[in-house]
Amino acid sequence: MSITVPERVWWKPLDKGEKLWVAIALTWCLVMFIMMPLWHLQGKQNAPSETYRVSADQFEKAAAAFITQYRVGEEQGVPVVAPPSGSDIYLVARMWSWEPVLKLEKGKTYRLHLSSVDLQHGMTIYPMNINFQVLPGYDYVLTITPTEKGEYHLICNEFCGIGHHLMVGKILVV
Amino acid sequence: MSVPTAFRTCPTTGLKVHLPAENLIKANAVVAVVFFLIGVAMALLVAMTRWPAVHLLGDEFFYRALTAHGINMLIFWIIFFEIAVLYFASAILLNSRLAAPKLGWLAFALMLAGSGLVDVMIALGKADVMMTSYVPLKAHPLFYLGMILFAVGALVGTSLFFATLVIARRDRTYEGSLPLVVFGAATAAIIAVVTIAHGAIIYIPTMLWSMGIIEHIDASTYRILWWGLGHPSQQINVAAMIAIWYLLGALTVGAKPINEKLCRTAFVLYILFINLASAHHLLVDPGVSSTWKIWNTSYAMYLAVLASMIHGMTVPASIEVAQRRKGYTKGLFEWLKKAPWGNPSFAALTLSIVIFGFIGGITGVTFGTEQINIISHNTLRIPGHFHATVVGGTTLAFMGVTYYVLPLIFRRQVVAQALAKIQPYLFGVGIVMVSLGMTFAGSYGISRRHWDITFAGATLQPAVDPTVYLLLGIMGIGAILAVLGALLYILITVGTVLAGKKTG
Amino acid sequence: MSGQQGKGEEERVPMWQLFYDNIFLLLALGVAIPVVFYTLWGVMELVNLPVWPK
Repeated sequence: MSITVPERVWWKPLDKGEKLWVAIALTWCLVMFIMMPLWHLQGKQNAPSETYRVSADQFEKAAAAFITQYRVGEEQGVPVVAPPSGSDIYLVARMWSWEPVLKLEKGKTYRLHLSSVDLQHGMTIYPMNINFQVLPGYDYVLTITPTEKGEYHLICNEFCGIGHHLMVGKILVV
Repeated sequence: MSVPTAFRTCPTTGLKVHLPAENLIKANAVVAVVFFLIGVAMALLVAMTRWPAVHLLGDEFFYRALTAHGINMLIFWIIFFEIAVLYFASAILLNSRLAAPKLGWLAFALMLAGSGLVDVMIALGKADVMMTSYVPLKAHPLFYLGMILFAVGALVGTSLFFATLVIARRDRTYEGSLPLVVFGAATAAIIAVVTIAHGAIIYIPTMLWSMGIIEHIDASTYRILWWGLGHPSQQINVAAMIAIWYLLGALTVGAKPINEKLCRTAFVLYILFINLASAHHLLVDPGVSSTWKIWNTSYAMYLAVLASMIHGMTVPASIEVAQRRKGYTKGLFEWLKKAPWGNPSFAALTLSIVIFGFIGGITGVTFGTEQINIISHNTLRIPGHFHATVVGGTTLAFMGVTYYVLPLIFRRQVVAQALAKIQPYLFGVGIVMVSLGMTFAGSYGISRRHWDITFAGATLQPAVDPTVYLLLGIMGIGAILAVLGALLYILITVGTVLAGKKTG
Repeated sequence: MSGQQGKGEEERVPMWQLFYDNIFLLLALGVAIPVVFYTLWGVMELVNLPVWPK
């Protein structure tokens, strides 16, 4: 019984059924393990690791300059920004807003700089359901290429205080 | 050596029961159930708020109840119960005295003071920070102090387990290798050491930061260290749960491990590799590299997953072998048909294996890959996953073993047997609905830890897919069933301890 | 290890079984492996991150 001591020598060979099951399970595990780096190298949608240390001040300044440079309008008090393709674009997460509204072109590639200037936040591109963690002190650079036109909302997926559920932003793909 | 009067002999199992150990087991188990009750009350409030048709609490109370629910369930209920399991597996199963029972009471007092302090701070609204308390979100210093006291107490309790193993070997209360269940408990205890070490490393500076003594805690470093506590604490549950699967297999149908080497290898793989899995939580984080993420989230080549696949075979196989030995050999499934389905412990064991394996395990392994994590991180898929592992799996297994702890340790006959028979099914069905409702709602991008999926009052208004309302309704109804099942468990347990007929 | 004792003609306890029986060695490995691969490696990566280029 599993609640009593086993026989003195219990290091005994497995029987056929057990060997077969372990072999199947181990093969499956190794296939998954090989697929992990393969998907990372071959897949079209992966979390990048390009990151820089940044202070909230530095990031806000860079974002403010970016917004002034490419501002094309305003929606509900939030500036709308249309940057050229290939450029560095900025998205600031703060309690409880995303700034600016980004107007991007389908099929063009951008370097999206993502950071928080206060608490930890999370970015969900909704309803597509793409999720990233947004941390203060870290500039997370996501190289993105929008593939479908439309309006996407950004919602915060990390608890960031009482107004967390009000933290909604927007990306427009034209 | 202890005096002989410190022991009694269990009339059912013939085990020598060390009375001071028994008292500690009772105290820890009773307090565990009290925290479970708090957790259940919070569960109902949280679920009834996330069900949009009810939307019970206001935002502030929702986040407070959610913080309390997570901490009371995932930490206090489970760890108090696990300390009881560790004392049982070391002292009772090895026929030994428990090392330093006085320290056991100190551990108990520290854990109780710590958990009480944390709950008071949450109730006072000084710690609306969720279970994870991600910096720079700040709680009152006493909240962190409570967590530290609790962790120190748990570490003392875990050390007593190891010390008891040493005493039992020295006093020759057993010969040869540890029984498999004790080996499983040792796996849980080893993982607990990893957990508590990370807890100390992160909570102490965070408390000092909250007091204003340290100026800054880096958000990403906090996440790495906190998850060195957060996920391993759940791996303790996995190991303890599987030890209990083997225990219940033995108690309910007289199952024997079919191959000790295989079962123990699976536990060793847990010890060596399961804790790398903490990196799952950081798959879409800045800072750490893809190499680190891939290596760690694969548990170093999925070796800990292999371990679960092994237990998933050996536990049911040992039950089948035991049943066939009893003569249930007709066809492929007579052994299963003739299983003791009316024994709540057997029902809980089976449901725990099925829910943990097929819902919890599969969601866990898939969400732990980079690409699927991008579409599941911080959505309701995550709580959907861990309600299948830690509630449908661990909690249900703990409920199952309770129906043996009551007659064997508390020496009381379980009251309301008819209700006890349906209790695991009610709880199991409820939690499956909760888990599936959340998992599928999460696949629509619905966030976890979110008060209002309609975003009423936000300046920008995303449209919500109507299917989500149906899925969250399933979650809500499931939550009511699970809460009823949980209350039934608490009533039966408390009723038995207070008013059950004395045995032996 | 008492597992090795007993009558002289009995079969020897295999090394692997002795390893599995050594709970404190397993404890040391069980702590060391995640601390090296998860914690230390992870924190080292954060420490060595480049700073904001501008």
